[in-house]
Amino acid sequence: MRVVAPAAERAAATDVIAVRRLSKRYGRAADGILALEDIDFSVPDREFLSIVGPSGCGKSTLLKILAGLLPATEGEALLNGTPIDGPRRDIGVVFQSPVLFPWRSVLGNVLLPADVQRLGREEMRARAHGLLKLVGLDGFEHRYPWQLSGGMQQRVALVRALIHDPALLLMDEPFGALDAMTRDAMNVELQRIWMERRKTVVFITHSTAEAVFLGDRVLVMTPRPGKVGDLFQVELPRPRSLDVMNTEKFGGYVRRIRGVLNAGGGIE
Amino acid sequence: MNMGLRGFSLRLLLIAAVLLVWEALVRTFDVPAFILPAPSSVFVALYRGMASSLYLDHIGVTVSETLMGFALGSALAFALGVAVALSRKVEYYLYPFIVMFQAMPKVALAPLIIVWFGLGITSKVVSAALVAFFPLMVNTIVGLRSAEEDRINLMRSLAASRWQIFWMLQLPNAMPYIFAGLEIAMIFALIGSIVGEFVGAQSGLGMLIQSMNFTMDVAGQFSILLILSMLGLLLNSLVAEVRRRVLFWDPSQKIEAAGSAAAGKGGVQ
Repeated sequence: MRVVAPAAERAAATDVIAVRRLSKRYGRAADGILALEDIDFSVPDREFLSIVGPSGCGKSTLLKILAGLLPATEGEALLNGTPIDGPRRDIGVVFQSPVLFPWRSVLGNVLLPADVQRLGREEMRARAHGLLKLVGLDGFEHRYPWQLSGGMQQRVALVRALIHDPALLLMDEPFGALDAMTRDAMNVELQRIWMERRKTVVFITHSTAEAVFLGDRVLVMTPRPGKVGDLFQVELPRPRSLDVMNTEKFGGYVRRIRGVLNAGGGIE
Repeated sequence: MNMGLRGFSLRLLLIAAVLLVWEALVRTFDVPAFILPAPSSVFVALYRGMASSLYLDHIGVTVSETLMGFALGSALAFALGVAVALSRKVEYYLYPFIVMFQAMPKVALAPLIIVWFGLGITSKVVSAALVAFFPLMVNTIVGLRSAEEDRINLMRSLAASRWQIFWMLQLPNAMPYIFAGLEIAMIFALIGSIVGEFVGAQSGLGMLIQSMNFTMDVAGQFSILLILSMLGLLLNSLVAEVRRRVLFWDPSQKIEAAGSAAAGKGGVQ
């Protein structure tokens, strides 16, 4: 059942994402598994929202719903005011692994969304060169994915997600498979890129430090079933350097997340 | 495995030694030529056959039967493989036939095929196509279904259509399987045409072996066997060469690709 709310209440004009009383159940109502319960939040334009939670808290399910890959059981998710009821062309997704096609060159992989959506190849090519330069991969256009390091591959995936200029960028633990040092470097890099392009980002992670370091706001999810445990603003000036992680304020935010997760039984 | 020049000459030496021992044994024990011919007489037979262009004509027939059978069988196998992989309905209704056919030794059909298609080249093409068909069809199905879920999700998240997912993801993704199938299909097509020729033919290497058998020309038969294994090798490396060019990105070929990339560093940019 969907209650149609008056337009004014439905979503603030600047909200890119509005999630309303969203639930997801796998299997039947009687004995299925409730993965998400009553999720409610919105993301204003150009905000970087981090969603943090332990594995199994349903954050990947939430991302799949936002990407239109899974239907919600109850409630709805709106993108720029229209319900997400299937894959959409104005969303860019970066997955946990780079998911590059080995038969396509770096440029070919980056242009995949343009090929699928039949966007002007010349214009997209120019955009691709600009974006590859932005992530420090100029000169690598004609290499193949298997010739690149893990960090470089994930940058290619990021450019691919940005190539069609989506309204929303979804990132599902994009640096989870990288070593700690590369991961730190990628976080600094992502912040720089985000500050330059100012996309609306929903960034999913299980690292509390990563969530605080990157987010304008942090949404903490507690597991079984996945619920919103906390949602707070991160008042740290940008650009943030890695040193910010040693400050008292940063530590306070991380402790706050841990507190919520401990209370929710998230950390064993 | 690369053992260098030393290894290569040792290999040649070993082959020469085997041939010499064979020759010596046949001569010492006076083995009749219709049981085991000496290598020297096999080479003489080979030389005579090639010089008189007798062999060349038959080679031409067998090779064209094999290539046509390969092309026909592969085209059908690919088309049916795609249909089965993409449509559950097609799979459901065809599956019993596929299982039944797969279990049957295809060469057992050769006599029937001769009855249906005659003694000419058509029956050999059909028999070659039939034998070549299955390995490629099975590989096409498995290959098209092997696309990782992550990759499918990526395509879906871009709002790709069913056909775009097929052309941009499933088909290129299946190419390593398809080429493995093609390599087998090529050798199988050669087997299919030889078996067809055994059963009834006016020309071809299989028919030549058969007629030499009647005249107890065992040295001649050995020389044809030698030609057949050379042919098999040649046809197989033909497919392998195409595969190397198309599948430069395949992990199983990457060792080679990485090697050439290292050799020509800078050239890649």
